[in-house]
Amino acid sequence: MATQHSRMAARLMVAPSVGLLFVWMIVPLVTTIYFSFLIYNQLYPDRQGWAGFDNYYYFLTDRSFMEAIWNSIVLVGGVLIVTVIGGILLALLLNMPFWGQGIVRIMVIAPFFVMPTVSALVWKNMFMNPVNGMFAHIAKGLGLEPFDFLGHAPMASIIGIVSWEWLPFATLILLTALQSLDSEQQEAAEMDGAGRLSRFIYLTLPHLTRAITVVILIQTIFLLSIYAEIAVTTNGGPGTATTTITYQVALQSLYDNDVGGASAGGIVAVILANIVAVFVMRMIGKNLDA
Amino acid sequence: MGHITLKSVRKTFGEADVIPAIDLTIQDGEFAVFVGPSGCGKSTLLRLIAGLEDVTAGDIQIDGVNATDLPAAKRGLAMVFQSYALYPHMSVRKNIAFPLKMAGMSAAEQEAKVQAAAKVLNLTAYLDRKPGQLSGGQRQRVAIGRAIVREPKAFLFDEPLSNLDAALRVAMRQEIIELHQHLKTTMIYVTHDQVEAMTMADKIFVLNAGRIEQAGSPLELYNHPANIFVAGFIGSPKMNLITGAEAEKLGATTIGVRPEHLDIVEAGGWSGVVGLAEHLGSDTYLKITTDQVGTITLRAGGEVHLRHGDAVRLAPRAGKVHRFGADGKAMA
Repeated sequence: MATQHSRMAARLMVAPSVGLLFVWMIVPLVTTIYFSFLIYNQLYPDRQGWAGFDNYYYFLTDRSFMEAIWNSIVLVGGVLIVTVIGGILLALLLNMPFWGQGIVRIMVIAPFFVMPTVSALVWKNMFMNPVNGMFAHIAKGLGLEPFDFLGHAPMASIIGIVSWEWLPFATLILLTALQSLDSEQQEAAEMDGAGRLSRFIYLTLPHLTRAITVVILIQTIFLLSIYAEIAVTTNGGPGTATTTITYQVALQSLYDNDVGGASAGGIVAVILANIVAVFVMRMIGKNLDA
Repeated sequence: MGHITLKSVRKTFGEADVIPAIDLTIQDGEFAVFVGPSGCGKSTLLRLIAGLEDVTAGDIQIDGVNATDLPAAKRGLAMVFQSYALYPHMSVRKNIAFPLKMAGMSAAEQEAKVQAAAKVLNLTAYLDRKPGQLSGGQRQRVAIGRAIVREPKAFLFDEPLSNLDAALRVAMRQEIIELHQHLKTTMIYVTHDQVEAMTMADKIFVLNAGRIEQAGSPLELYNHPANIFVAGFIGSPKMNLITGAEAEKLGATTIGVRPEHLDIVEAGGWSGVVGLAEHLGSDTYLKITTDQVGTITLRAGGEVHLRHGDAVRLAPRAGKVHRFGADGKAMA
């Protein structure tokens, strides 16, 4: 009885916050869904009324849609690969005892605190610029032709910038996991005749799976919504080389002033993100149970 | 084979001299126990032998070969850790087979050895489980299994039973003794529990502050403790150590009488009052506050019905009094 009462009371107590969160979530979603079925273009205020599924039809059949999906996959996948592998290596390095460990750890985390817009600008103007950039200077110093990163390898460049931003996050999570690795296990493996590489493959990596899962899950969610880096550096170009789904939606609403079409694109993006989330959860979520 | 010799082995951690200099020899097939209070350097000593720590000075010889600079894997020793140190994501089978896999053994050979080890340790039914699904005793057996399959020159145990409950500890103790009788391999066992040391060892090394206080068979240590430290450490309940006038009567600075070597007498001896009586059924431990020698412990039979506040007289049994000089060493 008591438990039933207290359970009831508990539900009552949480109800306000659950309600608030629900409203918080549902109002923007419903508004967006509503807009996505309207003819709503700010350039033509006279054209109004229901659009039916036209907005969706035009967004999905647009030639650039599949391209944008592919670009999203490349961007998210590329950054994940770089940050997970780089994060593991950096974490292994930082986990070793060396002088000035504390300061180095803070310095490694620093890029995470830089605003995306700022870091993208810094990379674009100070490093990758083919005339004034650091890389151009180095190339010239070596007698090589400066490389126009954002012009000729736009996607790779953006992957590089975003990876630089997210590497600290991956490193931090993986480092924490590394520190909880049982030293007696390592010693046991050492006595069992396992070398450094074997110990890494058979002990460290399995120990890190959960942390890697967390990194992939969280990063995927955030990387799907990358906008600032693209806007600052390439504007989705050259052509549509770096136009992701998120950026496509932004283009539609900001440059075409087509709120209806952008809303439809937004809903498509939400659905796609959810599909990805379900897949990622299914694929690696079982690692979290163990 | 499994003859281990340490020659003036020294270990320092920075400024701390954990092991000043130790010489010891463990014969092939011997069950040697390092026992001592926590922080006495016994685990460090074991890790030095294992090769998990580097010696600061001195030599370690295994089977007559200098192993001082050999890495842990090359010494041919197997270790069982206090935390078991099982690989949590591998099944019991894979855990036991891991050293064989690292040695590059074929899958069929691995399986045969795992099966053999599992049979000895009653683990056959659990081979496909993960360590997390096993009880403490079973995990301990898996750790031992992982050591057995390597057919090492010697087994090193680092307080392997301290994470088990009392009943299981006794059972595992017997299993390890039986295993030793079956394998006849050298075993070095570290513990802080003198009961484990007494029951298991062929030879006990009593360590204190990085020094060997005494080495010998359990009964040797019990009957002829070389100094006050060993006298107080070996035996349960502890030996009564008495200083003052009663000790001087016997020409010693300190005399020691074990609780089991004190008798309740009608007349003479020391007079006292029972402070605490612990009735264990088989035995009764009496804490007696005496007029002559302070509070001492006496072990009486289970049928003794003395209670708190009863007046008693007691006397040490003839020939069972240990005498120690001013330097703490036993007097002849």
